Amino acid sequence: MKILKFIIPLVAFSFFISCSEDDNNDDNAAINEVENLIKVQNIENDTHTIEVYTQSGVLMQGYNEITIRIKDKTTNEFVENATVSWTPMMHMTEMSHSCPKSEVTKVTGKQTIYSGYIIFQMPENQDEGWDLTFNYSIGGTDYQAVAVISVPMSPRQRVTTFMGADGVKYILALIAPQQPEVAVNDMTVGLYKMENMMSFPVVKNYTIALDPRMPSMGNHSSPNNEDLTYDDTIMLYNGKLSLTMTGYWKLNLKLLNANNELLKGEDVTETNESSSLYLELEF
Amino acid sequence: MLSRGGIFIIKIVAMKKYIVHLLLISTGFVFAQEIENDSLLAYQNLEEVIVVSKARFKNEKQYKPLSSVDEYLENSGKVSMIKRGNYAWEASLNNMLSERLSITIDGMQIFGACTDKMDPITSYVDISNLDKITVSSGQHGTQNGATIGGAIDLKIQKNSFGNEDLNIGIDTGYESNSSTKIASGELNYSNKKIVLNTDASYRKATNYYAGNNQEVLFSQYEKYNISSSLGFKTGNKSSITGSIIYDQANNVGYPALTMDVSLAKALISAVAYKIDSLNPIINTWETKAYYNTITHVMDDTKRPDVAIHMDMPGWSDTFGFYSKAQMQKNKHNLLFNLNGYYNKSLAEMTMYPNNQNENLMFMLTWPDVRTFYSGFYAEDHLKLKNNWSFLLNGRIGFQNATVANDFGLHSLQIFYPELKKTTTRILSSLSSKISKKVNNTTFTVGFGYGERAPSVTEAYGFYLYNSFDNYDYVGNPNLKNEKSFESNLGIQYKAKHFTLNTEASYFYIKDYIIGKTNPDLTQMTINADGVRIYTGLNYATIFNTSVKASYKIVPRFSVSGLLSYGLGKDHQGNNLPLIKPFSYRFDLHYKKDFWDSEISLNGSDSQNNFSSYYGENKTGAYTIVNLSSSYSFHFNQTKLFLKAGLENIFDKHYSTYSDWNNIPRPGRNLFINASYIIN
Repeated sequence: MKILKFIIPLVAFSFFISCSEDDNNDDNAAINEVENLIKVQNIENDTHTIEVYTQSGVLMQGYNEITIRIKDKTTNEFVENATVSWTPMMHMTEMSHSCPKSEVTKVTGKQTIYSGYIIFQMPENQDEGWDLTFNYSIGGTDYQAVAVISVPMSPRQRVTTFMGADGVKYILALIAPQQPEVAVNDMTVGLYKMENMMSFPVVKNYTIALDPRMPSMGNHSSPNNEDLTYDDTIMLYNGKLSLTMTGYWKLNLKLLNANNELLKGEDVTETNESSSLYLELEF
Repeated sequence: MLSRGGIFIIKIVAMKKYIVHLLLISTGFVFAQEIENDSLLAYQNLEEVIVVSKARFKNEKQYKPLSSVDEYLENSGKVSMIKRGNYAWEASLNNMLSERLSITIDGMQIFGACTDKMDPITSYVDISNLDKITVSSGQHGTQNGATIGGAIDLKIQKNSFGNEDLNIGIDTGYESNSSTKIASGELNYSNKKIVLNTDASYRKATNYYAGNNQEVLFSQYEKYNISSSLGFKTGNKSSITGSIIYDQANNVGYPALTMDVSLAKALISAVAYKIDSLNPIINTWETKAYYNTITHVMDDTKRPDVAIHMDMPGWSDTFGFYSKAQMQKNKHNLLFNLNGYYNKSLAEMTMYPNNQNENLMFMLTWPDVRTFYSGFYAEDHLKLKNNWSFLLNGRIGFQNATVANDFGLHSLQIFYPELKKTTTRILSSLSSKISKKVNNTTFTVGFGYGERAPSVTEAYGFYLYNSFDNYDYVGNPNLKNEKSFESNLGIQYKAKHFTLNTEASYFYIKDYIIGKTNPDLTQMTINADGVRIYTGLNYATIFNTSVKASYKIVPRFSVSGLLSYGLGKDHQGNNLPLIKPFSYRFDLHYKKDFWDSEISLNGSDSQNNFSSYYGENKTGAYTIVNLSSSYSFHFNQTKLFLKAGLENIFDKHYSTYSDWNNIPRPGRNLFINASYIIN
């Protein structure tokens, strides 16, 4: 009998647990697929709340990996079947423009989250700032939500806008490494052409020569770096970046087009400390 | 001249009686019947013993009683010392430095924690800890570990069990040149059941002055050392002994380098169990377990105008054991040693950017390397008829090195993408020596083969700046074992008033490890000339020769002389660095009763065979003259020993081949030592 006293509550409890698990399958409000992310802000309209997440909890000038989920205000559930697009806009005193960005896609294997990236090529300032518009449709109905977002200046140059020798305006952004290590790092950058205020197509099949340096330590370099080359599957440029110690590194670059013609940047030499085309990182 | 288990000794101290005493103390067993056996002279040039302690108890001729271990080694003539300052010199034997030598303390492995060799292990003991220093050449030095150039074993002072004996010693010393103040005290007690040795010492030096009163900045140091050992008889024939040394140096300047040391400390401990005369065959059997830990903090906070401030701390911890047995059967004198150790070496570098808003620059210069070694040594010394004798010794060992820190592993994988965490090596050694005595002359010829693994720096060092050649060095984990083929020759003549000892050794070293410039790499250190990677040369050769003679002119006067010369070449005929040029020393010695006086002449030819590739230039010839005199006063139970001397009498401004970046050696120096002994 004594044993039963223990067994009965145990059985009841396990039943309760299994039931509540079943409940979860019907109601996705309890699913947490943003565990390792920090919310930046909500962007709302009358029907939905769009939660914007990043790894750091902020947006910043340069490349930003962004995850969102859309909460239905009436059911409090997350929408699983939305088709989403986004438009970041910089409202300057004289004009407005967008920036390079990816599509927003449902994260594979997940139920409630969508992701993509945006490369803010300039930071906000007192008079000028960014907003972010979501256009999404759920079951044939279109919705829109918009809000002002904060994009402060990156402490190190993670993105650069420049005019190439071919007269084209380019945007180059550091995508990886996000967490640099003293090691050979996989390096990824995005290269875009500024076609007009709203269109920033990917530039394909160029080469970006890499020469990392430490200006605070005699401007020394590191061995076994690999220049960045275009990878069509991800539509980005991949290379290898060797970092021999922690600290501030200046990644001197040269941009060469498909015909190997130099469009921007110079060699680093005894007399020339830095290329005019560069990115920076510090860790 | 006598034997202990097949090892032979050159005495520095003249009295045979004293040597007997020394050996009784140090090994606990002497083949008394062999003391007069002249055939044993055969191996004189095998090993040299530098007597450190007790000499003053016995009123023996002795070099400055309170000089540093480094000075004792240098004064022996067998070992040269590489100097980066006035402290922590690095021993060079057969023109080879620490990575090619097996340097041990009482058979214990201990490894410095400095990536720039600013703390050779000889710097972690004080002369007051030691009984004697055994120096073995080449493959005859593999008793405690693998080596190419030879071995230096620092024997800790231990009394022997016996009649009750208590003595107290107090020593003080002063050196004028660097205002060095030295004080030490010791208390030794022994009876049939217990032995206790305790000592403490303190040294403090300010900057020294080279000839012409030139102050050598950043040459100061301060050091103290405490040591104790306590032994109990656990049976008729067995005893257990525990010993501990704590050594700490602070504010040590290295004028030849860009950085100094704020702290270098070591704790060295051991427990040993020993059985004497176990049975008619096994004479002694000693088993020891030990642990030592070193912390070394290198920084440049006191240097003005550095391009960038940096800290470079390092740590080295070693656990180990050995079990050593000496046996004798018929004509065989056997020695076996089974030993093992586990060492952990970690060092880091933090650089402080001039812009204080920038993150610190950090790297691991030794990536927490765990070296595990286990090996077995055997030696047989065979005495044959007609004054022939034969010695055979060998060692085999397994060495396993693991890079335990992933940060460090990834750093090295920048250079070596295929680098694995662990590498294993087998190291073997074999050598033999034959000798024959004809009348007063003994001829000796020996051959040897030995291997060593690369040192932690050579295999895993990461951007270590070498101020000698002004290059950054990166290790190479793919280095092959260095392999030495060695031959040596000795002729010794000994008559009543005259002895002459000539030696020559030749090393052909395959896969000789040394740095080579890689023009594709850029130096990290500001103003360095480039990056060198440790590389195995096809081969290198090193030749050493010396002639030593002494002559007793009249009973009170004797003269002795030592000439030595070395030559080292790589496979292309280029000179190797840090090879001793033609050097000489002559002593005139006078002894009467308790008076003991000496005048000595020390010098070297100019360094003609220098290596400019490794940052050397032609160091000039020099001669210096030293003078010293001592007297012992004897009272009932006490003795006062006074010694004073003048070194570099003519205040010569000079530097030698072994002075890092040609820092000048001390000018004129007056030293005074006083020892007071209560027996």
